Amino acid sequence: MEREKVIEVRDLVKKFGAFTANDHLSFDVYRGEIFGFLGANGAGKTTAIRILCGLSRPTSGRVMVAGIDASRRPEEIKKRIGYMSQRFSLYEDLTVRENIELYGGIYGMRMKELIHRREAMLQRLSFTSYGDTLIRSLPLGLRQKLSFATAVFHDPEIVFLDEPTSGVDPVTRRQFWEMIYETASQGITVFVTTHYMDEAEYCDRITIMNEGKIVALDTPSVLRQQYGTATVEELFVKITRPQRTMV
Amino acid sequence: MAFVRKEFIHIFRDYRTLIILFGIPAAQILIFGYAVRTDLKNAAIAVLDNAHDEVSKELTQNIEASKFFYVARQLDSYDEIDATFKEGKIRAVVVFPEKMAATITREGTATISLIADGTEPNTASLVTGYINGILSTYSASLTGELTATMPLIMPEVRMYFNPNLESHYMFIPGLITLILIMICSLMTSVTIVREKEYGTMEVLLVSPLRPWQIIVGKATPYFFLSLINVIVILLMAWFVFGLPVQGSIALLIAECMLYILLGLALGILISTLTGKMENAIFISFLALMLPALLLSGFIFPIENMPKIYDYVTMILPPRWFVDVIRAIMIKGAGIGYVWKETLILAVTALLLMVISIQKFKTRLGEAK
Repeated sequence: MEREKVIEVRDLVKKFGAFTANDHLSFDVYRGEIFGFLGANGAGKTTAIRILCGLSRPTSGRVMVAGIDASRRPEEIKKRIGYMSQRFSLYEDLTVRENIELYGGIYGMRMKELIHRREAMLQRLSFTSYGDTLIRSLPLGLRQKLSFATAVFHDPEIVFLDEPTSGVDPVTRRQFWEMIYETASQGITVFVTTHYMDEAEYCDRITIMNEGKIVALDTPSVLRQQYGTATVEELFVKITRPQRTMV
Repeated sequence: MAFVRKEFIHIFRDYRTLIILFGIPAAQILIFGYAVRTDLKNAAIAVLDNAHDEVSKELTQNIEASKFFYVARQLDSYDEIDATFKEGKIRAVVVFPEKMAATITREGTATISLIADGTEPNTASLVTGYINGILSTYSASLTGELTATMPLIMPEVRMYFNPNLESHYMFIPGLITLILIMICSLMTSVTIVREKEYGTMEVLLVSPLRPWQIIVGKATPYFFLSLINVIVILLMAWFVFGLPVQGSIALLIAECMLYILLGLALGILISTLTGKMENAIFISFLALMLPALLLSGFIFPIENMPKIYDYVTMILPPRWFVDVIRAIMIKGAGIGYVWKETLILAVTALLLMVISIQKFKTRLGEAK
């Protein structure tokens, strides 16, 4: 059975002046997949994500996200995706309920539906007792979970997670990944970048970027075999190290 | 709009912001009103009386009788003026022309020379202003007696619109100018930069909100709060200092709105220049507050500045706004008198808005 592509990238090039941040990237992401996007700092991950999210235009190449051309109608893409950044993305001086309300409002949800879904979500996360707590007074782990829940609150087709677990304790990290699995099982595609290589093992497929190019793309197990390494971490080091020492 | 509501919540939940918004303007009014008196008390002046007639004597008495001046010296000739000023005690010399009373009776008018010590431009302008006030009053009383239609004594410098010789008249318009630019520009730039700093801006940008919607959402609450502030200041001016608005209040409010828009645009522009709140505050102070304070004619009259500053101030919106507000509040001028300034402000506001929105877009489009 042919799987449905939700992201289709062909020969994506992004240049900033003379510097090529993305050098002919090509990859597909399928519906309901957890797609890991790895690479050292400055490898071009952020640039690629910004293009996929409709924040930046590709210099050349074809980028389709949720069936929409990223160079032509980036604003349309924004309606269909969710986004959570490494930095904390909720308003600290707003309560849990107010934050959810705000995001629902931004995505054009009707008030009645919004409140209904909000309460359902709080219940699902067993967050009901925190509903009127200011984000500022929530522990970091809870904030991060809520942040993710908010990013998928409007039922996007794809959710982009940019280093979502940096600075989070292992237990919360585990819980967080459970949420990611649950989300993916609902048919929402998860596009995640991370620096934690153990997390990369959880992904359905991973891609590793180095100096603007994709240097590896497959399931974690296939890649480990291919390069003869025991873990993704070793794999990552093996792939990215040689070129880096040359620079 | 959910976004605007959230912005209000931000403001009302942060009591520090509220203090800045409403406390500081109120405090400034009281400080300027009571402590920083820019009006005069007991300034020393000299009189060179070439006339020695009734009018000159009476005028000298009037000047002496006011609580602002005392006549420290009587001069005998023009030659003494230079030396007098060099001593540094005398602020101004009033020169009565020869046969002044006779000239007034014959020609209906006479000219008095007023020479002020320009080393302190601000004081000099006050001194001349006050003496003119006294001359005008006297002039008016003569007019009354003789039932003539035109003023009899024409001072060379004039300052009509401050008949009670109070500095409040000068500083309330200036203060409105200052406070508005502070709240609009400073607060808007800080609130936008804060979103950048916390990382929430990214989320907003990835959302379907258009850049202009984000800007409008950010600016709207401050627009209304600034308006409330204007009203508070005007009420304080009225009830605390007894300075009512002479002209149309609707026009005044409309001009304030225009100026607020201008300030908001400046704030947005500043927010595109930096990603740190401290920088935003710093830029606001340096680039907006100081010029507004020093070069708008609020404290230091532009007429006393070197010509070059006169041109420099022309590109500063506060200068035009101070003029407009003074004209409306104190002179009771209508739109007919301030249309030029209004037009300048409107064009500047529009220009700044276009630039800042454009910059906001491109900046966020490519920045990390």
